[in-house]
Amino acid sequence: MAPETADVDLGEYKWGFHDEENPVIKIERGLNEDVIRQISAHKGEPKWMLDFRLDAYEIFLSKPMPNWGADLSGIDFDNIFYYLKPAESNARSWDDVPETIKNTFERLGIPEAERKFLAGVGAQYESEVIYHSLKKELEDQGILFLDTGQALLEHEDLFREHFASIIPSADNKFSALNSAVWSGGSFIYVPPGVRIEQPLQAYFRINAENMGQFERTLIIVDEGAYVHYVEGCTAPTYSSDSLHSAVVEILVKKGGRCRYTTIQNWSNNVYNLVTKRAVAEEDATMEWVDGNLGSKVTMKYPAVILKGERAHGEILSIAFAGEGQHQDAGGKVTHVAPNTTSVITSKSISKDGGRSSYRGLLRVNKDAEGSKSKVVCDALIIDPESRTDTYPYINIMADQVDIGHEATVSKLGEEQIYYLMSRGLSEAEASALIVAGFVEPITKELPLEYAVELNRLIQLQMEGSVG
Amino acid sequence: MPDLVIRNLHANITGTDTELLKGIDLQMSKGEIHAIMGPNGSGKSTLSHVLMGHPGYEVTEGEVLFEGQNLLDLAADQRSRAGLFLSFQYPFAVPGVTVANFIRMAVNAHRKGGPDGVDNPVRIPEFRKQIQEAMELLEIDKSMASRSLNDGFSGGEKKRFEILQMAMLQPKIAILDETDSGLDIDALRIVSDGINRLVGPNMGTLIITHYQRILDYVKPDQIHVLMDGRIVRSGGAELAHELETSGYADIAKEVVS
Ligand SMILES: Nc1ncnc2c1ncn2[C@@H]1O[C@H](COP(=O)(O)OP(=O)(O)OP(=O)(O)O)[C@@H](O)[C@H]1O
Ligand SMILES: [Mg+2]
Repeated sequence: MAPETADVDLGEYKWGFHDEENPVIKIERGLNEDVIRQISAHKGEPKWMLDFRLDAYEIFLSKPMPNWGADLSGIDFDNIFYYLKPAESNARSWDDVPETIKNTFERLGIPEAERKFLAGVGAQYESEVIYHSLKKELEDQGILFLDTGQALLEHEDLFREHFASIIPSADNKFSALNSAVWSGGSFIYVPPGVRIEQPLQAYFRINAENMGQFERTLIIVDEGAYVHYVEGCTAPTYSSDSLHSAVVEILVKKGGRCRYTTIQNWSNNVYNLVTKRAVAEEDATMEWVDGNLGSKVTMKYPAVILKGERAHGEILSIAFAGEGQHQDAGGKVTHVAPNTTSVITSKSISKDGGRSSYRGLLRVNKDAEGSKSKVVCDALIIDPESRTDTYPYINIMADQVDIGHEATVSKLGEEQIYYLMSRGLSEAEASALIVAGFVEPITKELPLEYAVELNRLIQLQMEGSVG
Repeated sequence: MPDLVIRNLHANITGTDTELLKGIDLQMSKGEIHAIMGPNGSGKSTLSHVLMGHPGYEVTEGEVLFEGQNLLDLAADQRSRAGLFLSFQYPFAVPGVTVANFIRMAVNAHRKGGPDGVDNPVRIPEFRKQIQEAMELLEIDKSMASRSLNDGFSGGEKKRFEILQMAMLQPKIAILDETDSGLDIDALRIVSDGINRLVGPNMGTLIITHYQRILDYVKPDQIHVLMDGRIVRSGGAELAHELETSGYADIAKEVVS
C-alpha cells in the first residue's frame, strides 16, 4: 500500500577513494626477520628495539590464531605490506606535506578541525606520521605530543620506562605482531597538574591496497593532569583486504584523567584488531569512548586496570555492523584496588545482515572490596537478517562489592517508525532518528563536533538501507 | 468538494483476510468538528490509522480523497506533510530524542514539503519562541521540552504533547483518537481550549471519544456512531447525549433489525 521511497544512495562509503602511490620506501609483501630488520634500520633505532621486535616476531609465530570472536580466516599474512613510508619527513606545516596526501587530509577535514578546535594533530598515512603539530603554549608547558618513533629517538628514557609495560608482546597474537612491526602512532606525556582543555587528535589513513598499519600509541598522564585524545580512521575501498593492528597503552597517574575517543570508520575491507589497555592509579580516571562504524571485522575490547584506590574506569562503546561486517567489541575492567568504580555502557546496532557482539570482562580481584561496577549493554536490530550476541564474563573474587548488569535487545519497530512518519519525517529520517536516540547516552558525552560527526555517520549508514 | 472524502472504505489487517473496516463513508471540511463514538473494538483507531497510513492495515476497497488528491497513494509522511494529523491513542516513546528536537525536525520536514523540496529550516530563535508560546497555552512546564519524547511520560502528559505537536504542525484535518482519555479535569479544559483555538477556516477536526465531556467544550457539528467497522448512525450534538444515557444497545438493536 505504501508507495516506494525514492531510491537515493546516500549510504555509500564516502572515504573509499585512494591516491596514486608515490612511496619513498615500500618493503616487499610478507613478513620475515629480514623485513623487521629493514624497518628497524630505516628508522635508525637503538639495538634494544630491534631485539624487542625480533623477540615479538617469535612470539607472533608461536601463538595460534584466536579461536573465539570473529572469523579471521580471511587474513593472509603473506599478502600484506608491512611497511610503507609515504613521504620523506614528518612535517610541522601542511605546506611541507606532499600535495596529494595533503589534499586527502583536506578532504577528511583535518586541517580545518585543527584550526577550529584542536590543541594538536598527528596525521598518519600508511606506516608513518606525515604531519604533526602541537600548540606552542602547550609545548611550553612541557607537554609532549609526537609520533612514537620519534619519541623513541628523542626521549628514549621516558619511552623505555613505559613501552610495553602495560601490554607485553605476548599478550595476544596481534599485540605480538604489532610489537614486531610497529610504526607510527602517538606518544603523549602530560606533566603533573597540566590540563589540556582542547582535544589532541590523531588521524590514521590507509591508502595502499593490502596495507598493514601497525601504529603504537603510548600516553602518560602524570599526577593530576588531564588529556582528551581523539583518533579517527578511514581507508579506500579495495576488493582485497588490509590489516590494521594497533597497540595503545595508557598510564594515568594519581588523580589524573584521560579520555580516549575513537571514531573508527575503516572501509569494509579492513581487519581491525586492536589491543588497548590503560592503568589507572589512585583517584585517577580513565575513559574509553569507542565508536566502531567501519571495517570488515573489528575485535577490540578497551581495558582499564583500576590499580589504585578509588580509581574510576569508564567504557562507552558504540558498534554499528552493516552488510558484511562483524563488530566484536566491548570492554574489560579489572578492579585491583579497593573502592574502585567502573561503568561499561555498550550500544550496538546491526543492519543488513551485519553482526555485532558485545564481549565484556569484569573482574574484581580479592583485595578490591568496596568496589562498584555497572554494565549496561543494549542492542538494536534493524532487520531480521542481522544478528547480535552478548558475552558478558563476570568474575568476582572480593566480598562487599556492588555489581549491576543489564542487557536489552530491541528491534527497530515498524510502528515506532510509523509514528515518526506520521509527523512528516521520511522513513529514513525516522529510523536514523530512532538510532540516534538509541546511542544518545554515548553521543552526549562527546564534544559537539564529534557527536555531530558520529550522528552523521550513523545517518549515512541508515540511509543506505532504505529504498 | 469537502476537504476529506471517505468512500466505501474497507480495510484488513495487512496480509490477512480479517476485515476491520467494512465500508465507511464520511465527509468533512476545514472549519468543521466531527465526532466518532462507538464501543471498544469497533474500529475507531483502525480508521484513524488507515487514514494516516499505518503499514499494519491494507485498504481492500474504496477511496479517500484529501483536498481532491488520492490520499491512499501517499506514505504516512507525505500524508502528514499534505496536512493530515493524528493524535495517537497510544503514542510511542522515542528515548534519547528530546521533544524540542523532534518537533523541530517535524516542522522542518513540513517546511521542506515534498520529496524533492528544498530545505528551509526554521530559525532556532523563531522556533523556540513558537514552541514556548504553544507550551504556555497548553500549560506544559518548559523543562519538559528537553525530555525524551513520551519516554516515561504519564498518560495525560503524552496526550498534551500530541496536541502540542498538532499546534506546531498546524494541520488541515486533525484526527484526535481518545485525546481526552487520561486527561484530568483541568487538562481536559486546557487541551479543549487549545483545540478550539486551532479549529477554524484552516483546520477541521475528527474527534474520537467515549465521553460526552470533551464535546461540551469542543462542540461537534456532527456525531457518527461506529459499530463493527461501519458507521451506523450520524446526527447532531444531541446524539452524544442520547448515547450517554442509553448506551449502544438500542442502536445495536436498530442496526440488526
Ligand atoms: N493489528 C491488529 N491485529 C489484530 N487485531 C487487531 C489489529 N488492529 C486492530 N485489531 C482488532 O480490531 C478491532 C478494532 O480495533 P480498534 O483499535 O480500531 O478499536 P477501537 O474502536 O479504537 O477501540 P477502543 O475504543 O477500545 O479504542 C479490535 O477487535 C482489535 O482487537
Ligand atoms: Mg481506539
